[in-house]
Order: sequence, then C-alpha cells, then structure tokens
Amino acid sequence: MGPLSALLAPFQDIVQNPTFFAEVLIGGVAAGLMYSLVALGFVLIFKASGVFNFAQGVMVLFAALTLVGLMERGLPVPAALVVTALVMVALAVGIERAVLRPLVNQAPIILFMATIGLTFFLEGFGELLWGSNVKRLDVGIPDESVKVAGVLVNKLEMTAALTAGILVAALAVFFQRTRIGRALRAVADDHEAALSLGIPLKTIWVIVWAVAGLVGIVAGIMWGAKSGVQFSLSLIALKALPVLILGGFTSVPGAIVGGLIIGVGEKTAEVYWGPLVGGAIENWFAYVLALAFLLVRPQGLFGERIIERV
Amino acid sequence: MSEGRPLLEVQGVSVRFGALLALSRVSLEIRRGEILAIIGPNGAGKTTLLNVISGFYHPFEGRLLFEGRDRTRLAPPDVAALGIARTFQNVALFKGMSVLDNIMTGRLLKMRGSFLLDAVWFGPARRQELEHRAFVERIIDFLEIQAIRKTPAGRLPYGLQKRVELGRALAAEPKLLLLDEPMAGMNVEEKEDMCRFILDVNEEFGTTIALIEHDMGVVMDVSDRVVVLDYGRKIADGPPAAVRTDPAVLDAYLGVSHEVA
Repeated sequence: MGPLSALLAPFQDIVQNPTFFAEVLIGGVAAGLMYSLVALGFVLIFKASGVFNFAQGVMVLFAALTLVGLMERGLPVPAALVVTALVMVALAVGIERAVLRPLVNQAPIILFMATIGLTFFLEGFGELLWGSNVKRLDVGIPDESVKVAGVLVNKLEMTAALTAGILVAALAVFFQRTRIGRALRAVADDHEAALSLGIPLKTIWVIVWAVAGLVGIVAGIMWGAKSGVQFSLSLIALKALPVLILGGFTSVPGAIVGGLIIGVGEKTAEVYWGPLVGGAIENWFAYVLALAFLLVRPQGLFGERIIERV
Repeated sequence: MSEGRPLLEVQGVSVRFGALLALSRVSLEIRRGEILAIIGPNGAGKTTLLNVISGFYHPFEGRLLFEGRDRTRLAPPDVAALGIARTFQNVALFKGMSVLDNIMTGRLLKMRGSFLLDAVWFGPARRQELEHRAFVERIIDFLEIQAIRKTPAGRLPYGLQKRVELGRALAAEPKLLLLDEPMAGMNVEEKEDMCRFILDVNEEFGTTIALIEHDMGVVMDVSDRVVVLDYGRKIADGPPAAVRTDPAVLDAYLGVSHEVA
C-alpha cells in the first residue's frame, strides 16, 4: 500500500461506518465548545481593553478551585456558585485597581507582562487557599453515555456543550444589542473617543474582567467535571490560543467557530489519521492549523482586518 | 442666575509638556449660543486648549468654569456628563461599528439602567433603545446620511466620516460642542456642506460651538467671534472683521513684522 492510499484509506472508513464518524464528530464538537469557552474570556478582555490576558487559563482554574473548595467545606452547590461568582467579581475589581489602573496608557506588551505576573500570583494564591491536590468536581451529571438514534453520546459532554452554547449566544446578544455591549465595543475601538462620550473606562474594565471571570467559572466547572480540578487546568488556556488565531482575537462568533473547527479537526485527525503517525496528533494539530492560518489569513476568520490608510 | 455669565470661562490656563509651554496663561470665554473660532499657526496650542476643555489635559495653573462652576480637574467622562461633546482632529470613529451604532454610542449618557437590567430584563431596555433609536434617526436625517446608516464607519470616505463624527457628538445633545478642524482634508463641496451643518446646528438646536479651523475663509463665514493663539498665548479676540486686520495676527500668520511689511 503506497503512502497516498494510506492517507486516503480513512475516508473509506468514514463512509463505511457513518455512526462511528458521527460519534467522533460529536466528541469533537463537545471538546471544541469547551475551547471556545476559554477563548471567549480572552476575546472579551481583548476587545474591551486591548489587553492580551495571559491569566485567562489561571482564572478558569482559580474559579474551579474556589468552587470545589467551598463545596468541600460543606456549602450547598447554589451557595457555592454564588460565592464563587462574587469572588470572581471581587477579583476583577482588584485587578482593575492594582494592575490596570496604574498601567493605563502603557504599551500593550507591558500590560501583557503584567498579566503573566498575574498568572503566577493567582496560581500561588489558589494553591495557598485551597491546597494543591487534584480535586474531584461532582456536578451531579454522570459521566456516562447513552445511545441516541444509534449514536453513542456522553451525557456530561452534551450538558457542557449545551451550556457553552447558551452562554455564547447570550454574550453575543449582549455585545450586539445592549447599551453596555455597545460601550464595550466603543472602548475596544477607540479609548479617547469613548472617554469623550462619557464612557467610564474603569467601570468598563471591571465589567469585562468580571464577565471573563464568570465565563471562567462555567469553563472551570465543565473542564473540572471532566478531568478533575488540578493545576494542569490552567494549561487549557494554551489550547485557546490557536482557537483565537483561527477565529480572530476580536470576534465572539470567531471564538465559537474557531473552537469548533479545532475540536472537530483534532478529534477526526487523531482517530482516523493518528495510527499512521503513531498517534498524538491531538497534541499538535491545533497549533499547526493556527500556524497555517497566520500565514494565509492573519486576522483570523472573523477578525477585523486592519487597513492602514496611507 | 448664570444666564448672564459665559457658558465656559477659561482663566489664566497654562499647560506644560516637559520643557515646552504649550499654553501660557490663556484666558477666554465661550458665550451662550455663539460660534467661536479658535485659530492660529501650527503648534499654537489650539488642540491643547480643546483637550484642556474636554478634560484630557489638566492645566498646572489657571481654572475652568462651566456654567459658573469650577471644573478644572474633571476627567473626560465627567466633562462629557456636563454636556460638552467633541470631535477629533483625526476622526476618532469606532471603525468596526455601523454609522448607526456609532451615533448610538453618542446617546450612552442619555440612557439609563443597570448592567444587570440590560442583561436579563429585556422589556424596558428595549423600549429605551427604541426611543433613542428614533432620536438618532433624526440626526441621521439632519446630516443627510440615511443611505450609509448600516455601513461600517471605517469604510466611509474621510469627508463622510467627519460628518458621522459630528452626528455622534450631536447625539449627546451637548450644551457646548467642540470641533477640532471639522473641515480638514475636505474638498470645497464637502466644506460647504459642513459649514451649512455647523450653522444649522447652532441655529436649530441653539448649541454653542467652539471650533478650530485653518481655512480663513470658513472662519470668517461661520464664526461670530475669533480667538487667535500663537506660541501658546492669546494674541487676539474679537469679531472676524476686526481680527483679520489685527497687526499681531498678521505678524503671526505672515511671519513678518507688521511695521516692516
């Protein structure tokens, strides 16, 4: 069998066994929406403040740790959720006061460095508060599969995907249709003009960081329920990076589509083409795809193309 | 009570950037209902003055009174809340947003409601949105930009961008409107349109306007009063006809001593 036919053989498998292919696709969509959720936090902050928030992954971890920690101390789930939400809002206020406000008008690279500092701080602070053991997060949805129309579907993954979908839709409406959403987009486009219209930058920053923190809670619950709450959770932020490159750093729909493409793409590649190269395609697929995008369409699928008038 | 007073009083304002004294003890007033032109050679401090009035710079000496009240140290959003709107020299539109959305952002200060209400309680938020939308449509009609209301602002030609920016400032229903070179980079036809809009705004809405302009012809046509800056100092202040023949102004513009010329 030549190398070409070996590459093409998986397509035959796909055609011959569509049910299995559907399962792979669904798994990919579920994973992709979870990436989207993390990428969404990045997009929100980047849109409104131009800050590339390296700490987004750690915010997800911190939210999950706080939630689990509170539940372990005997708080009922709804109360723990409310307290965690309050903690994330307080964190947003703290970040605006201690990090963003003193660095206002600094170059983007300086703010980026500040968020790297924030990453290490939050990691250490989370460990100090809640310990460094791997924790189990039980949201009451069993991690088991059921057959729907002959296709095996994981209940937990489906719930996660559905939640992510609803959240993403709500945020898109919020950004496009509401007063605050419009203010956020205004700030993202031009700080000075936004200020001159009476939009208070500080309030806007607190709002986006708080919303990013709340999105982090959802992402933290979903990822935590799947793979346990542990420090490697902060690394999923790295997976959000190619999602952003694909979708564009400034686009909410882009974060969703980018996440789906990467989720589905890497699952399919792993299952069908993985054996050809000894597996582990899932580890690098997203990054290679992102690299290709950078060469061809650097603004991403939905990003605003920056045209300089000369 | 404050009816007799000028809308805005600038009293002995100085601004320094490092070693450069951008404004030196400048005093002037902007009277209710007038169109005031601020002119002067490049680097005279015109835009700096506008930035002081709109709160982007704070003077190290002197005061600003708006409607008789001291507001020297206010930040830009608070200045906007007082009813002072502005445009920028290099057009600062939100490029990714449609013309309609750009002008709607000008209404933000007029909209009420909280973040949470906006997010979960759609009824009142929607009704409010519709009311403001109606107002914005009036501005769009007034500025004759109906055809481009859905176009992203960044794609418009420069002259239209300037017009949209004026619309965004008008949406705030300002008491004082500051225009930083509203006609820069425009062709004759666009300039005439803009002149007409400025005069109409002043007449129909009674808005007080202060504008920076280079084109002397425009200044003479449009303004009720002219203030001339040179090297950060005020060198003339009066009706256009008087300022045009002022020896100090001629010196500043022609770069020669009046006596010699």
